[in-house]
Amino acid sequence: MRLGLVMSEVGQGLRRNLSMVISVVLVTFISLTFVGAAILLQMQITQMKSYWFDRAQVAVYMCTEFSTVGGCDQQAATPDQVALVEAQLEGETLAPFIDTFYFETQEQAFANFQEQFAGDAVADLITPELLPEAFWVNLIDPTQSAILADALGGLAGVESIVDQRSYLDQIFDILNASSLTAIGIAALMLVAAALLIATTIRLSAFSRRREIGIMRLVGASNRFIQTPFIIEGVVAALIGSVLAGLAVVGIVEFFVQGYLAQTLPLTSFVGLSDALLVVPILLGAGALLAALSANVAITRYLRV
Amino acid sequence: MIRFDEVTKVYRGTARPALNGVSLEILSGEFVFLVGASGSGKSTFLRLVLKEERPSTGAIHVLGQDLGRISSRKVPYFRRNLGVVFQDFRLLPNKTVFDNVAFTLQVIGKSKGFIHEAVPDALQTVGLDGKAQRFPHELSGGEQQRVAIARAVVNKPAIMLADEPTGNLDPETSAGIMALLERINANGTTVIMATHDAGIVDRLQRRVIEVIGGRIVRDERGGGYKTQATPVVSQGFGMAAPAAPASTGDHR
Ligand SMILES: Nc1ncnc2c1ncn2[C@@H]1O[C@H](COP(=O)(O)OP(=O)(O)OP(=O)(O)O)[C@@H](O)[C@H]1O
Ligand SMILES: [Mg+2]
Repeated sequence: MRLGLVMSEVGQGLRRNLSMVISVVLVTFISLTFVGAAILLQMQITQMKSYWFDRAQVAVYMCTEFSTVGGCDQQAATPDQVALVEAQLEGETLAPFIDTFYFETQEQAFANFQEQFAGDAVADLITPELLPEAFWVNLIDPTQSAILADALGGLAGVESIVDQRSYLDQIFDILNASSLTAIGIAALMLVAAALLIATTIRLSAFSRRREIGIMRLVGASNRFIQTPFIIEGVVAALIGSVLAGLAVVGIVEFFVQGYLAQTLPLTSFVGLSDALLVVPILLGAGALLAALSANVAITRYLRV
Repeated sequence: MIRFDEVTKVYRGTARPALNGVSLEILSGEFVFLVGASGSGKSTFLRLVLKEERPSTGAIHVLGQDLGRISSRKVPYFRRNLGVVFQDFRLLPNKTVFDNVAFTLQVIGKSKGFIHEAVPDALQTVGLDGKAQRFPHELSGGEQQRVAIARAVVNKPAIMLADEPTGNLDPETSAGIMALLERINANGTTVIMATHDAGIVDRLQRRVIEVIGGRIVRDERGGGYKTQATPVVSQGFGMAAPAAPASTGDHR
């Protein structure tokens, strides 16, 4: 009986304020889509980090006859210099930090390069002499590349020591920045959504002020008076949340898996299971946001 | 039943108190007229009884409860003991007569079965049994006020507050409403009615409390609208037995 009464009040309220309800739906939809995108981006970053950081190596590039930096003077590293570096890597100072390492000749580097940039114009311009010989080192703790730089940096015939993680860090900085941007936009939109829900509920209460006045007069409990309004806000926000959930699933399914994953087959991307993990978060966030702001709005409206 | 102890009410932002040092007691079963010029504080008195407003100083007891000690969560349950009627009826225009009366019971959680017993009962009490399915705009003013009274009494309140219930009605219709209120009073409900209608007050000869500028200037059993013989100045509570509904007329 009472549940039926409450639900019919909710239905009436939603219909009476249709345009406001639609704007609540749209604003929660957009803001929660941004929230979902931000969460997925974070998941993507974590996933890529754990994948790439484990595989990141430190390159000890030897001099070519064209290099002028480091310990080079436009002279290719001699076999003696290469042997010295190899001895260092196997020596007792560095060996405890090193998992494995291997040597890459100019020909191997050239072959790798041709493979990596196959079809690209630059592949035709490069000759083996331009590419340095290198030791590729896998460290036991990938964060300790400074040790190699210290030990080998000054040696004759060593051009430079490059930690691949520094490239990755840049990529992750960019990804992090876009994720933070998404979170910032989401936060602003959520504030707008909360205010809009509060306004909608106040408007709805105002259009039912006669009923509210009589309910207060005859002793309807505060909870009974407030509940339809809170449900009204939650229903509107939940519709928006469901749309946001669909949008997030759609983005992952059609853009990430359907486009990105095809274009960049070597990278692993967030999948449908991650998106489905995000959906309940969005539904919960939408419902909670609406319940809180509607509750505050109606409580304040009734107090006056 | 209702006791005011030195109650003063100053509304926010006003300097002059709407009620000033009011003490009185209204006993169970009494029929009380509250009279006085516009702005003298009659509606304020009724709002204080209903705990729509809180007194600035002083204490109010209603039905054995200290209103200052009722938490705001308990106020709705307190109000279920009171029925209220206004000059402007305050019906819901989109609900039928039946639904207007039933609404009161629905929102305090009464069962469907109870509602279908109590509402026709109340409509019969006010003489509207045949018009349950009409809408308010299909009724005369007097009939609308009867619906409002049915709504006020459907939950069998101990106290009925009426703020100028005949203010919008012609004398003949008013007489009908007054007969109804007397009948409700005769069934044991305490009735407090604020009014400007001198004819009604003079004719019924009930207890009259006159307020001027927020002070009680007269509290007289079997009084008229204007002071007669000896004015009783604010003597408040501790008065003799309640004027039983049937025995008031023989005062003079
Ligand atoms: N909510 C309010 N805020 C401020 N002042 C108020 C408020 N309600 C009433 N007053 C003031 O309190 C005084 C008493 O008002 P009240 O409504 O009790 O008078 P009344 O006797 O019912 O008058 P009437 O016969 O015209 O209905 C008036 O001066 C009025 O202006
Ligand atoms: Mg008044």
